[in-house]
Amino acid sequence: MITIALSKGRILEEALPLLTAAGVTLAEDPDRSRKLVIETNRPDVRIVLVRASDAPTYVQYGAADLGVAGLDVLHEHGGEGLYQPVDLEIGRCRMMVAVPEAFDYEGALARRSRLRVATKYIRAARDHFGARAVQVDLIKLYGSMELAPLAGLADVIVDLVSSGNTLRANRLRAVEDIMDISSRLIVNPAALKMKHAEVQPMIAAFRAAVESQRGLAR
Amino acid sequence: MRKWLLPEHVEDILPPEASRIEALRARVLAVFRSYGYELVIPPMLEFIDSLFTGTGQDLDLRTFKLIDQVSGRTMGVRADMTPQVARVDAHLLNRVGVTRLCYCASVLHTRPRTMTATREPLQIGAEIYGHAGVESDIEIQRLLRATLAAAQLHGVRLDVGHVGVFRALVHSAGVGRELELDLLEVLQHKDQPGLAHLVANLDADSAHALQALAELYGGAEVIEAAARRLPQLPEITAALEVLRRLARDSEGGFGVDLADLRGYDYHSGVVFAAYAHGLPGAVALGGRYDEVGSAFGRARPATGFSIDLRDLAQASSLVTQRHAILAPYGDDEALAQMVAELRARGEVVIEDLPGHADTVQELGCGRALICRSGKWQVEVVR
Repeated sequence: MITIALSKGRILEEALPLLTAAGVTLAEDPDRSRKLVIETNRPDVRIVLVRASDAPTYVQYGAADLGVAGLDVLHEHGGEGLYQPVDLEIGRCRMMVAVPEAFDYEGALARRSRLRVATKYIRAARDHFGARAVQVDLIKLYGSMELAPLAGLADVIVDLVSSGNTLRANRLRAVEDIMDISSRLIVNPAALKMKHAEVQPMIAAFRAAVESQRGLAR
Repeated sequence: MRKWLLPEHVEDILPPEASRIEALRARVLAVFRSYGYELVIPPMLEFIDSLFTGTGQDLDLRTFKLIDQVSGRTMGVRADMTPQVARVDAHLLNRVGVTRLCYCASVLHTRPRTMTATREPLQIGAEIYGHAGVESDIEIQRLLRATLAAAQLHGVRLDVGHVGVFRALVHSAGVGRELELDLLEVLQHKDQPGLAHLVANLDADSAHALQALAELYGGAEVIEAAARRLPQLPEITAALEVLRRLARDSEGGFGVDLADLRGYDYHSGVVFAAYAHGLPGAVALGGRYDEVGSAFGRARPATGFSIDLRDLAQASSLVTQRHAILAPYGDDEALAQMVAELRARGEVVIEDLPGHADTVQELGCGRALICRSGKWQVEVVR
């Protein structure tokens, strides 16, 4: 039995065509069902639905053999005990530093100001500002980061940006790129060793599916 | 907070788990002894200078430290026994020939390795010093298989790699230390997209070879695939020959993973990991580390492995529990003699101390001594 951890929403939506191309179709529509374990057309493959940020944990501890996780989530998790062999090229966006339009970010850096940073991505923010030798106070939030500077909770935010519309609507501007995000196929190392004959073809199928999707996009 | 709660990731081992772990410890040490490995018991703590020799930085972070009131120097509570055993070999035994040592004790970690790991692993392992050839790698591989068999693990798969392959590739590519560490990181995660990015500026041959490394895992056939895909550097040819010998000698599940570069800072040759059904990670880790002793002024080739007994117990199918026999309390001489005989045969006999008839269930006795027409006999009870 191979268990694949997926998260509902954008990742599931964009991963489904890849999964289909890899020969796995879901027996039920996860958006209509409240089940968290979904059977597939293959009796030896099942899907478990997890929170996006939990996918690495499920795979690391062998509760799932494979999973799909964004680089944002993987970076926060640290990636220990995981293989991440394939870039699925889905869930694309960028992790950025954004500030209120009127905020003089460059000036603040030049003055060596201590910044208050609101983010869901504590580790990524710490690494980014640490590498630039900027002192920061990190404020962990779970959503609506854009509100934090407007409400005076923080000076800057670190968040994912796809179109930039939310930033513009809240009169924020992106000032720095931290990393390009896309989703990775993640694999439990022991599963790759112990179930090599089942897991390896699955990795190859995902890789082939990504390549054929890329071909279609051109 | 309740007073009797333990710190996080620290736990008691209770019955019957404790007796299983003890049984496994005895079995494993018996296997080691039968191969000629001598037991050493190094101290729980020593000066950090000798504790961190040649083992990389993360051991430092994993070690609890305290100040010695006698010397004023910093001591560490061991987080790994391998450097201690290497010190024993290099400085205390001072043998010139091959030395085989084994050990079993608690080590302490400042942080758990994973969310479910203990901070006090029970480390058991074996090391062979003074032999640099593949023959000692083979001996260690055989010893590990014998150990896991004695512990009754199922579906054991031994995965081998060789850090010499990666080392030769970065050397021939003329890669700087910083890039070497980045490459190490992405290879350990089989992060092929990240790898492609890192090798973009290297010459095409080196880039292809490093990228091939991330794909060179699987069964023994990987060795021949590696011989075809990797450049024929003398170090690589030699490393693949060592792996070939190991594969030929191996009985049971065998795999190769050339991107397994665990402990790259101190490993110098073959590295291996054993996997078994019932564990989300490796049950045993080991490899060759020829340079560790040099920190003690005496570099001796060395190879070995270690296991956390708790992991072993989790994956083991060994059943140790036998139903104890309940004996009534009394000064009947025939009864006393029967009890003594049973105990001498290895049975567990528990005397039913008076006044606790209503809690006798807690003793977990499946059998009892019962007197039938003047003769004591053991009967199964419910």
